[in-house]
Amino acid sequence: MTQPLGRAGARLLARFAKSSSVAECSGAAGTAPKVLAAAQAGRQFSALPEPIEDVPPHPATANPAAAIPEELMEMKGIKLSGAPLYLDMQATTPLDPRVIDAMMPLMTEQYGNPHSRTHMYGWESEDLVEGARLQVAALIGADPKEIIFTSGATESNNLALKGVANFYSGKKKHIITTQTDHKCVLDSARYLSQRGFEVTYLPVKPDGLLDLELLEQAIRPDTAIVSVMMVNNEIGTLQPMKEIGAICRKHKVFFHTDAAQGIGKVPVNVNEMNIDLMSISAHKLYGPKGIGAIYIRRRPRVRLEAQMSGGGQERGIRSGTVPAPLAVGFGKACEVARQEMAVDTAHIKKLADRLYNGLNDQLQHIVLNGPQDQKQRYVGNLNLSFAYVEGESLLMGLKDLAVSSGSACTSASLEPSYVLRALGVEEDMAHTSLRFGIGRFTTEAEVDRAIALTVQHVSKLREMSPLWEMVQEGIDIKTIQWSQH
Amino acid sequence: MLQSLRCAAGALRESSAACQLVRPAVAAAQRPYHKNVVDHYENPRNVGSFGKNDADVGTGLVGAPACGDVMKLQIKVDEAGNITDSCFKTFGCGSAIASSSVATEWIKGKTIEEVVSIKNSDIAKHLSLPPVKLHCSMLAEDAIKAAVKDVQAKRAAAGQAASPAADEKLAASA
Repeated sequence: MTQPLGRAGARLLARFAKSSSVAECSGAAGTAPKVLAAAQAGRQFSALPEPIEDVPPHPATANPAAAIPEELMEMKGIKLSGAPLYLDMQATTPLDPRVIDAMMPLMTEQYGNPHSRTHMYGWESEDLVEGARLQVAALIGADPKEIIFTSGATESNNLALKGVANFYSGKKKHIITTQTDHKCVLDSARYLSQRGFEVTYLPVKPDGLLDLELLEQAIRPDTAIVSVMMVNNEIGTLQPMKEIGAICRKHKVFFHTDAAQGIGKVPVNVNEMNIDLMSISAHKLYGPKGIGAIYIRRRPRVRLEAQMSGGGQERGIRSGTVPAPLAVGFGKACEVARQEMAVDTAHIKKLADRLYNGLNDQLQHIVLNGPQDQKQRYVGNLNLSFAYVEGESLLMGLKDLAVSSGSACTSASLEPSYVLRALGVEEDMAHTSLRFGIGRFTTEAEVDRAIALTVQHVSKLREMSPLWEMVQEGIDIKTIQWSQH
Repeated sequence: MLQSLRCAAGALRESSAACQLVRPAVAAAQRPYHKNVVDHYENPRNVGSFGKNDADVGTGLVGAPACGDVMKLQIKVDEAGNITDSCFKTFGCGSAIASSSVATEWIKGKTIEEVVSIKNSDIAKHLSLPPVKLHCSMLAEDAIKAAVKDVQAKRAAAGQAASPAADEKLAASA
């Protein structure tokens, strides 16, 4: 059980070899005392703690190779020869080594509570957190005072919708979102609709883009907030933020966007786009899991009702101790993303094109879901339907490839994706889709391997597919009277 | 949910309720596949096709692309009603592929009377299918029955076509 994790970790660390301190510290696995020793060496203590005695390694981790043969590890009944190659960057991204470097001191020696007022630990921690706030703000063209740290984009989305709706509930009773927004936005909207709010779920065009005329028509005098996802998590559609922002500003309606999939990947400026509230997640841009932020505009001021009672941290909007190591990692991830965006985009676009063209060269009947124009999509997301092959069986075959069918939140259910259905993708095609996510650390060799594996398994499954056989025989599948099951 | 409703609405057959029962949008926790499912998925038995117009071939085509499962199971039957060969092609999840692969193995060498008594529960048990995958084994059972029905219908049609011709011959000779 521990071996796959261990191997994945080793693989990641090999990638991070450039970043010296991390590789040294964590490279010697299972030696926590050494890390502490290293930390002690790097910092002067006014009173040294007693050295910790060496703890013998846990039997399970001592020699994982002894438990499972080298070639064979088994998880969930699937035998694997090694960690699969990771192409699921919309689900989450690995930490950038620069981010780990930034976080490490806060997890070893600078562990103070950033809200502590009475000693150096608190003061230095607060300084670091405020520095991170500045880095997040700089990436989106905001004032640091407009950044509130949360646990992630789900919390931020909840806070934006419920917070604004509840604060303005005296006058405003209407909320607008889209059918393809993230489940947490849709679920928050549903929660509000059960409490007296009216919600309009706007349909989208077949490429996932919002019809701006429909949006303008849907706005009413009592509309409190419009929430439109910036980059769709399943199909990568990039909504026209500037235009939507202009419409919302014209009608004096607050504009919220779930930008979890967009921040750090596409240029964002909250003022140019007239964004009033925005949800951000750190782990989608090579930062740590467990932290995100909500941007809340100060001029004109957006007010909202806090969802959590407590010590009044984060300007009373989000009580609870700010996790300083995560915040600092998040800040660093934003800084790195700002510096590397052009390089990242070029790298990811090159690999995405390589993947798409490589698959198309060897397989027929592949459909790219979402916009075909690269300007209207985030290029690192390729949602492809392989006609006449069922997605779940393809995933089972592609066990050496970590990809996703539908979004990670819905892939546990047997239903085809609600996003693809909102686009009008026919159900048989919706059952055949896979999402390939390419990121900063994806390599050309990985893409080539992914092409080879996908071609191999799609071809194998098509040979087994009665639908593929019919198509080869020239039978139109749509004319067949299927026995509904 | 919408899909299961649609599927159920279009359903006419006896086992159609399966779609409604088995396909609600309940989040099923990711379960490990049983080793038998993995084995049949990775090494499917009897993949292929027989000529569907051949007189000794019975074809069962069940399921629907919109539901995510289509199964085609074929049998070759001799004069005595023995299944001498079988094959399948399946569009569906790993459990659906495994169910049809198992079905083709089990029916080979049996008579068409025997195989219609194969129960979906036997296939499900052999593959340790979780509740959300039971429809795969039901589909396999349906495919067997449909294939047997098809070959019986062919025989009956051939019998009817043959007997008037034979009568004519008799009349001519008399």
